[in-house]
Amino acid sequence: MKKTYKIDVDCANCANKMEEAAKKTAGVKDATVNFMMLKMIVEFEDGQDPKSVMKEVLKNCKKVEDDCEIYL
Amino acid sequence: MNKKQKKMLARILVAAALMVVLSLLPLEGYVRFGLFMVPYLVIGYDILKKAGKGILNRQVFDENFLMAVATVGAILLGEYTEGVAVMLFYQIGELFQSYAVGKSRRNISALMDIRPDYANVERDGIVEKVDPDEVEIGTTILVQPGEKVPIDGVVLEGKTALNTSALTGESLPREVAEDDEVISGCINMTGLIRVRTTKKFGESTVSKILELVENSSSRKSKSENFISRFAKIYTPAVCYGALALAVLPPLVRMLALGLSAEWGVWIYRALTFLVISCPCALVISIPLSFFAGIGGASKEGVLVKGSNYLETLSKTKYVVFDKTGTMTQGVFEVSGIHHAVMDEKKLLEYAALAESASSHPISKSLQRAYGQKPDRGRVADIEEIGGNGVTAKVDGVPVAVGNYKLMKRLGITYEECHQVGTVVHVAVDGAYAGHILIADVIKPSAKQAIEKLKRAGVRKTVMLTGDRKNVAEQVARELGIDEVYSELLPADKVSKVEELLAGKGEKERLAFVGDGINDAPVLSRADIGIAMGAMGSDAAIEAADVVLMDDDPVKIAKAINISRKCIRIVYENIYFAIGIKLLCLALGAIGVANMWMAIFADVGVMIIAVLNAIRALFVRKL
Repeated sequence: MKKTYKIDVDCANCANKMEEAAKKTAGVKDATVNFMMLKMIVEFEDGQDPKSVMKEVLKNCKKVEDDCEIYL
Repeated sequence: MNKKQKKMLARILVAAALMVVLSLLPLEGYVRFGLFMVPYLVIGYDILKKAGKGILNRQVFDENFLMAVATVGAILLGEYTEGVAVMLFYQIGELFQSYAVGKSRRNISALMDIRPDYANVERDGIVEKVDPDEVEIGTTILVQPGEKVPIDGVVLEGKTALNTSALTGESLPREVAEDDEVISGCINMTGLIRVRTTKKFGESTVSKILELVENSSSRKSKSENFISRFAKIYTPAVCYGALALAVLPPLVRMLALGLSAEWGVWIYRALTFLVISCPCALVISIPLSFFAGIGGASKEGVLVKGSNYLETLSKTKYVVFDKTGTMTQGVFEVSGIHHAVMDEKKLLEYAALAESASSHPISKSLQRAYGQKPDRGRVADIEEIGGNGVTAKVDGVPVAVGNYKLMKRLGITYEECHQVGTVVHVAVDGAYAGHILIADVIKPSAKQAIEKLKRAGVRKTVMLTGDRKNVAEQVARELGIDEVYSELLPADKVSKVEELLAGKGEKERLAFVGDGINDAPVLSRADIGIAMGAMGSDAAIEAADVVLMDDDPVKIAKAINISRKCIRIVYENIYFAIGIKLLCLALGAIGVANMWMAIFADVGVMIIAVLNAIRALFVRKL
């Protein structure tokens, strides 16, 4: 399952870091951050609850880039 | 500018003013240190905070950390002005970047400003404005002059001219009248029309296009992936380099050469290293170039589904076309009836009725020539034989309508036609009854399109068609197409494309151009699939990688030129940014470059790269 989230982040490198962090989160099959459109597209693994996975994604993203936001 | 940016601008101005004043005053010792701390903290407090948080989160090598170390280091060495200046210019760079990115985001969304805000629904004689999402299929909506058509539909009443330029880049308005299809996203220019919707808003052309454009830069190109990998290695490498530069030369001087260590000099050089180490210029300018390129292309009616396709498109050396609907109008007209054993009208009637269930362009032109609505009740047992034709019973009489293959299959001797066109043989009751000649018209811009492709560096143009050999070869000759393969079934087209794919060079790419209706397998098999005349055809938008909104073949060359320009800018930025940075690193290591040059290598390069990236937006003249 794929979902798209709106994000807010200031720099392109930070967006890349968010992408890395999201990819490494458990339950996430693949993630793409589109800095120009300020969007994060997350593909979840089967049987995962997007809501709880996204909470973890946000936590991991905050770790690599404090000044970021994902609008869940 | 948004609030965040305004605040940053104020901080920059205050810090810059303070810095200039303080550097002119004859201050000494702790007073000087204390006073310089004011502009330093004004401009850099958030960076220091982020750097601290980064360390706590074990994300050491980010640009905040680099800037914090470089400036704190400079201040410890007593270079107060430079410490403040590095922070100041770093923030100026960041502000510029965020402003430029925001601006191009807005520019590009303005280019694609085709989202309708409302639909006028008529209920019991009262017109209401409603959200297009809430309009059901089959609702009657009103579109007034100056409004956007919100949902795809058919005109019930009224006639007008529609401006399709937001969708196609075509400035000539399109005339529509009753029973014509209208496509959402067009602007109604002259008259009031009443439209019956045939799709939901979410399925309408405008939604499909917006979805495509908004997701387009999510498919990343190789250059973008290269840059993110590069940034990951570059920053730590330069940091360790800086550490080595600060520690090793002094130790060597002290221990091996017996000279004085000169710690200050080497630490200063190491700090310039850190300032140069930020990969911002690259990381921002590459996706920005692609984004601008895709945005500029969509303004011209060329939708590219991702940066990776833009990259592939720029390497296109082989262009394979489908003939019908791509190089020719796809509008067939009956141009003659020959060898008829019965009244010509009767022959045409048989053919039109037998083909009445088919949506093939040939069938449509038969219907047009027949001129009446076919009475389906007279037709039975219709059987379509793919690539051959149709057999059916008309008024109980078996009729076969199709090409010579169908005649051969049925064992009927037929008459060859000596004129160029598509020949539809008709057999009635098992005997040959004559043939109908249908000719397709070549698009006026087709020849120019091929010429432009050649000029754009395409090595070979190939045309594939299911049409007869003499027709295909005549069209190819007229247009100057290099190779032509005719009489192909849909499956043959795939294998032909595979053959061509196998025969081309490793770095060369093959594009297939079709009208997207029955080309989906070929479109997806080619390195890059280009669908033409996609306005209103969902199938084409789904199957292709590049979508040309109108059906002008000249746009193929244009799309390739746009991609070339964009890729050229990307490479310019990569070479320029990496080149300048490496040069400044080298000069910094031997002590020629000071911190001011390092600031240029960081912020200056970024600003130039961003400005260069924005050039990708201007593609009108390509």
